[in-house]
Amino acid sequence: MANLYPGRRRRNVVWKALALASTVFGLSWLVLILGALLWNGVGGLSLDVFTKNTAPPGIAGGLLNSIVGSLIQTAIGLLIAAPLGILAGTYLAEYGRYARIAYVIRFINDILLSAPSIVIGLFVYQLCVVPFGHFSGVAGGIALAIIATPIMVRTTEDMLNLVPNTLREAASALGTPRSLVIRQVAYRAVRSGIVTGILLAVARMTGETAPLIFTALGNSLFVADPRGPMSSLPLIIYEFARSPYAEQQKLAWTGALLVTFSVLGLSIFARVISASRGANKQN
Amino acid sequence: MTATALENAQGAGSVPMDRSRALGRLKLSDNGFRWMTFLSASLVLILLVGVAISLFIGSWPAFRTFGFGFFFSDAWSPPKERFGAAAAIYGTLVTSIIAMLIAVPVGMGIAVFLTELCPPLLRRPIGVAIELLAGIPSIIYGIWGVYYFRPVMQAYIQPFIMGTLGAIPGVGALFAGPPLGYGVLTAGLVLAVMILPFITAISRDVFETVPNVLKEAAYGVGATTFEVVGNVVIPYTRVGIIGGVMLGLGRALGETMAVTFVIGNATKISTSILAQGTTISAMIANQFADADPGLFTSSLLALGFILFIITFIVLALARWMLSRLEVKA
Repeated sequence: MANLYPGRRRRNVVWKALALASTVFGLSWLVLILGALLWNGVGGLSLDVFTKNTAPPGIAGGLLNSIVGSLIQTAIGLLIAAPLGILAGTYLAEYGRYARIAYVIRFINDILLSAPSIVIGLFVYQLCVVPFGHFSGVAGGIALAIIATPIMVRTTEDMLNLVPNTLREAASALGTPRSLVIRQVAYRAVRSGIVTGILLAVARMTGETAPLIFTALGNSLFVADPRGPMSSLPLIIYEFARSPYAEQQKLAWTGALLVTFSVLGLSIFARVISASRGANKQN
Repeated sequence: MTATALENAQGAGSVPMDRSRALGRLKLSDNGFRWMTFLSASLVLILLVGVAISLFIGSWPAFRTFGFGFFFSDAWSPPKERFGAAAAIYGTLVTSIIAMLIAVPVGMGIAVFLTELCPPLLRRPIGVAIELLAGIPSIIYGIWGVYYFRPVMQAYIQPFIMGTLGAIPGVGALFAGPPLGYGVLTAGLVLAVMILPFITAISRDVFETVPNVLKEAAYGVGATTFEVVGNVVIPYTRVGIIGGVMLGLGRALGETMAVTFVIGNATKISTSILAQGTTISAMIANQFADADPGLFTSSLLALGFILFIITFIVLALARWMLSRLEVKA
């Protein structure tokens, strides 16, 4: 017995050290990546980035058309995904909570949540690019919407499930129809939760590249009309990062900095909102 | 509009207005809303079926022309119109396996640290930091990988591997080739960093489902932390861990941007994992926008269809296993 003890302790210390080492390993990547972004991206931040369009090598350019393109396509994606996701989540949580079809939809939604985005791009290409014969910002927006919808469905359902049933019963007891109970009582109770879902969906859409390559295609000119090919920040990073010209590479890093910090900012903001909501509930 | 409908309904007693009409309208909007939510939910279902059907229709010409040979041929020649999926499928599997071999033990190590060892004060900040790593878009991993990770691979890691593992007779062929920095191994390593946070987050969540009484009982009879994790926590959460690992695998298989930058995009199967290769998603990303309509486009769609089927199976298994854990908990 006595001679087993030191061995067990040693093994314990070794494994604890390995767990600590893997944590340090994991965190160091975050530091390395954010460090590289700041190191290469901050130097390129200037007014030109936000006021000039992308330019061929040799001419000073900015990222204006890409930023506007990203905003427009994300807006299209959100306009489709938010109502669709909220309504679908409402069905899963309110009307069909225990219905057989709800289980199937929930399962499929979870799969769509992590489906490869490039496959979504191919689908939208078949659906929106082939019939119209040209690439367009609308197609890009639809691809983003398909990626964002499962996120909205999931958060809406999760949030509605947290609403105490007594609230719904109180409203129903007054003779309020079901749809008004949902819209006037349940939605009001989960408003901050739905905002969190929207923020997470926007964060996800902001960084997506793969589904845009052959739906929105990219555009070196400034366009505000989403019916034609359209640029966006991730696409321009993809293009410029592989460019042999130093100034384009620099712009790629600046774009990467903008994208990353908007995404991280949005997700931290979403976290703060849901955390403050949790604190309210405890009071 | 809905607000006024409600007021009408509530104030119907005081207003001599036709009550039945207000109620009828209410009923209509009530049913309308219910149907709208049902249709939206069904659309999720239709979406998945639509993806499968549209990809299958698009890839039909390729499947018809090449038959089953499409899966086993590594030819990829647009001018000769000869296409096969083997090189891309091989690259997809190998990069994902490399990524899983690294990310699973490390991710579980972090989860053990967070649930068992970490001082409570640090638990939340470290958890948030790992989740931030999950939030970084894949294109950022791509640009970082090609500018920072690839040179390190080329200058240090690849020559080192070739000098040590590559010198062993027999398995040496796995680690041969010029050190270019680009390659299957580089892509697998970048993928490992990408899916690490997913594995960590899910492992942590399933580790937290272990009832404290079980752990305390083990500690009570004198078990060390390592023994508690190995004999209580991991056996209790086995199904959930496998589910989480499969979920990570689903991500790794379909990941595009991070891989495209560093894999080298060579449409061939090499014995060496240091050599350049390609994956299904990297091939689609690189070639689809410029592909001629016809057999070329159809072959790329067929690759997409194969990827869709593989990830669907993996993700469905993952969700099934995770749901089994929920039932248990």
